[in-house]
Amino acid sequence: MGRKTAYLGLFAAAAMLLGYVESLIPVFVTVPGMKLGLANLAVVLALYLYGGREAAAVSAVRIVLNAFLFGSLFSLAFSAAGGLISLAVMILLKRTGRFSIVGVSIAGGVFHNVGQLFVASFVVSNFRIFYYLTVLLVAGVVTGALIGVLAGEMEKRLKKIGKGSRKT
Amino acid sequence: MKKHDFLLVGIVLAAALLFFLVRNMLIEPGNVLEITVDGEAYGTYSLQEDQTIEIRDGNICRIEGGEVSMIWADCPDQLCVHQASVGEHGGNIICLPNRVVLSVGGYEEGAPVDTVAS
Repeated sequence: MGRKTAYLGLFAAAAMLLGYVESLIPVFVTVPGMKLGLANLAVVLALYLYGGREAAAVSAVRIVLNAFLFGSLFSLAFSAAGGLISLAVMILLKRTGRFSIVGVSIAGGVFHNVGQLFVASFVVSNFRIFYYLTVLLVAGVVTGALIGVLAGEMEKRLKKIGKGSRKT
Repeated sequence: MKKHDFLLVGIVLAAALLFFLVRNMLIEPGNVLEITVDGEAYGTYSLQEDQTIEIRDGNICRIEGGEVSMIWADCPDQLCVHQASVGEHGGNIICLPNRVVLSVGGYEEGAPVDTVAS
């Protein structure tokens, strides 16, 4: 239990750091809501190495702390909406057993963007914002696939380390 | 990657294409800038006159050479300031934190339509 908590704390810290690193990268700023989703890497890993509940904890800690440290209440609403819907979809897809980690991550990336767009359109009370949906969907697929491949490779290696350290 | 992964990607990309087509049907060219704040009309302006418009205290947009762009916003993310200027082909610039939407579309009433062609 103690060990798991420590690892999850590490995951949350890594997620926060990735979120911060991402905010320093000026690419993709032309469309609101478009993100690399680097932080999702830690969430996907937590989902596969531990489970849905643990992934939710990592995601929640990251979203709240990042909003307080680098963002605002405004950005909190956005990331919370994106994070929640993306995690819910990832847990469901993983549970079906029909998708690989890459597919799950792609769905996560896509729904993260869609969730944020929903909040955005609600905030400005203007549905013109759905003009961005095309770009956000394609971006979600691309970034989700990259994160998924990365998470898959890390999962393999982390599982090996996990087994090794348990013996010692 | 499993078979279902590719199916998922296919569906998402198909949806993206669909929205792209819908979007292209909805955006209309024009020379009228309509500004809404909080979903309510704030004002309409002609893209043919160069002017600087202050939108409440949070945003300033500038019309120049038939194109509008956001030149200042009080929010930290500055997304709207970085968005490309919008001209006669129509489109939107959106500032989320201040709930400001600039949208270009439609022509001024009474203005001769063929000014676009010239």
